[in-house]
Amino acid sequence: MSSQRCTDIEEHPDSPLPDQSTSLTDVELSRRSFVKAAGILTAATATGIPHLAAAEDTQAAAATTPQTMTLTLKVNGTPHSLTLDTRTSLLDALREHLLLTGSKKGCDHGQCGACTVLLDGRRVNSCLTLAVVANGAEVTTIEGLANGDTLHPVQAAFLEHDGFQCGYCTPGQICSAVALLKEHKYNTLSTVSFETGNTTSPELTDNEIRERLSGNICRCGAYPNIVAAVRAAAKGVSA
Amino acid sequence: MNPFNYQRATAPEEAVHAVSAHGAKFLGGGTNLVDLMRYNVEHPTTLIDVSHLNFTQITNTGNTALIGAGVRNSDLANHETIRTNYPLLSQALLSGASPQLRNMATTGGNLLQRTRCYYFMDTAFPACNKRNPGSGCAAIKGFNRIHAILGASEQCIATNPSDMNVALAALNATIHVQGPKGKRTIPFADFHRLPGTTPQLDTNLQPDELITAVELPAPKFAKHSYYLKVRDRQSYAFALVSVAAGLEIDSNTIQSAGLALGGVAHKPWRSLEAEKFLAGTIVSPDAFRKAADLAVAGAKPQEHNAFKIELAKQSIVRALTLAAQGVQA
Repeated sequence: MSSQRCTDIEEHPDSPLPDQSTSLTDVELSRRSFVKAAGILTAATATGIPHLAAAEDTQAAAATTPQTMTLTLKVNGTPHSLTLDTRTSLLDALREHLLLTGSKKGCDHGQCGACTVLLDGRRVNSCLTLAVVANGAEVTTIEGLANGDTLHPVQAAFLEHDGFQCGYCTPGQICSAVALLKEHKYNTLSTVSFETGNTTSPELTDNEIRERLSGNICRCGAYPNIVAAVRAAAKGVSA
Repeated sequence: MNPFNYQRATAPEEAVHAVSAHGAKFLGGGTNLVDLMRYNVEHPTTLIDVSHLNFTQITNTGNTALIGAGVRNSDLANHETIRTNYPLLSQALLSGASPQLRNMATTGGNLLQRTRCYYFMDTAFPACNKRNPGSGCAAIKGFNRIHAILGASEQCIATNPSDMNVALAALNATIHVQGPKGKRTIPFADFHRLPGTTPQLDTNLQPDELITAVELPAPKFAKHSYYLKVRDRQSYAFALVSVAAGLEIDSNTIQSAGLALGGVAHKPWRSLEAEKFLAGTIVSPDAFRKAADLAVAGAKPQEHNAFKIELAKQSIVRALTLAAQGVQA
């Protein structure tokens, strides 16, 4: 199932990707860990601090060597076999290994929603989803929403209503909104539904849209137009 | 993040056996554990993924409901049984996190959610008794606006961040677990711990025990309940104070009550004193104010969070008032 890796820059024999992307990621990872560990050692030596919390963390980290696993992801309808470090997030697998850079890395801690993708049809934060956890699952990214040159209705609505400024959060906003509309069709609730007392089949008011999209942050503050786009797309869906 | 092995468990016995290895941890939705691994707060050597176990059902047995530990927060909140019989739980779940995170997070994992204390989550601060027992508490003399006002100790003033847990406390749930010695149940009030001198322990769950289900007793508050969450943003933020209020009302007289607070203590703070007082009283603002005083009795503020005491009282009165108004037709 898993095999130990001798060097950090070993290439993945099964990877369908150009070698460059794979090795770049790993070199970067290795350099980052090295610099961090070296920094901690230097600091400890210089100050003579006998007991440093971070140094313990480094020891714990050194207790095991990188582990890899071969897994399958069906992304936008196409199956891919990947051999990845178990630490790889679904987001990094998509961006760095499959070169699908539409999904964005904002906070990498599940707080901004820029990385939102659909996992087996449900919206999730791909930064907090380990790629190994998604093994065998179907993933839909922003690249998989359009049908050829025909945009998904939510994409078209974002264009029509100018639902963005810099565009960095937009792929996550759109994936999230696609799921929002589907969830609403199944009469799911939100906190707003309880506040308004509509807990049977709540209408998709602007307040409901805002609450249901609150997992996606827009630093440009394009919220009014984002709400307008989702409102319009909702009408299109129900029509 | 340190390297780790990954295993998918296919049976609870297999999971319990696998987690006995040194440094192994269960993985549910990963919304908290993977985040803490990225912060280097948690560094398991093996992750035992229990999200594929057959614990994803919600079943009614007699008057009670049994929720599988693997049920995702979004599915739990929207399940017909929960919406109809335990709306307090639905409302609490939907007040937490974001739709994306609720699609990932599991019932069992939410029970084990760790504190959002900044000093716990940032390894640049060496002093944290929860992270490094015996190292001290950076929060007590630090910025402690979000910290505990009830049940804290000189070792730790962290709070439990979960919304779901507050509702489960008010609903008097029971936790089902399975370990190497077999199965047992833990009353909800005994599941989470106060920090005392061992703040590194959040719960009384043993390291090799797996949560398999949460049991809810017969519904009493289906018509009169409210989860009020007060926070710095309107959505997608942790509670400063939250209140889970459930009332069983007959002809304007309270037959029984469930009342628990979030954001104020190391565990969901259920007030049996307030519940006892409310039982038998007539619905009135005075009764709710008295219940609020009882629930927050003994509160002790830190330097930056004295506001939480009055906020908690006002929130209790408001939550009870809204609960008494009941489900709108």
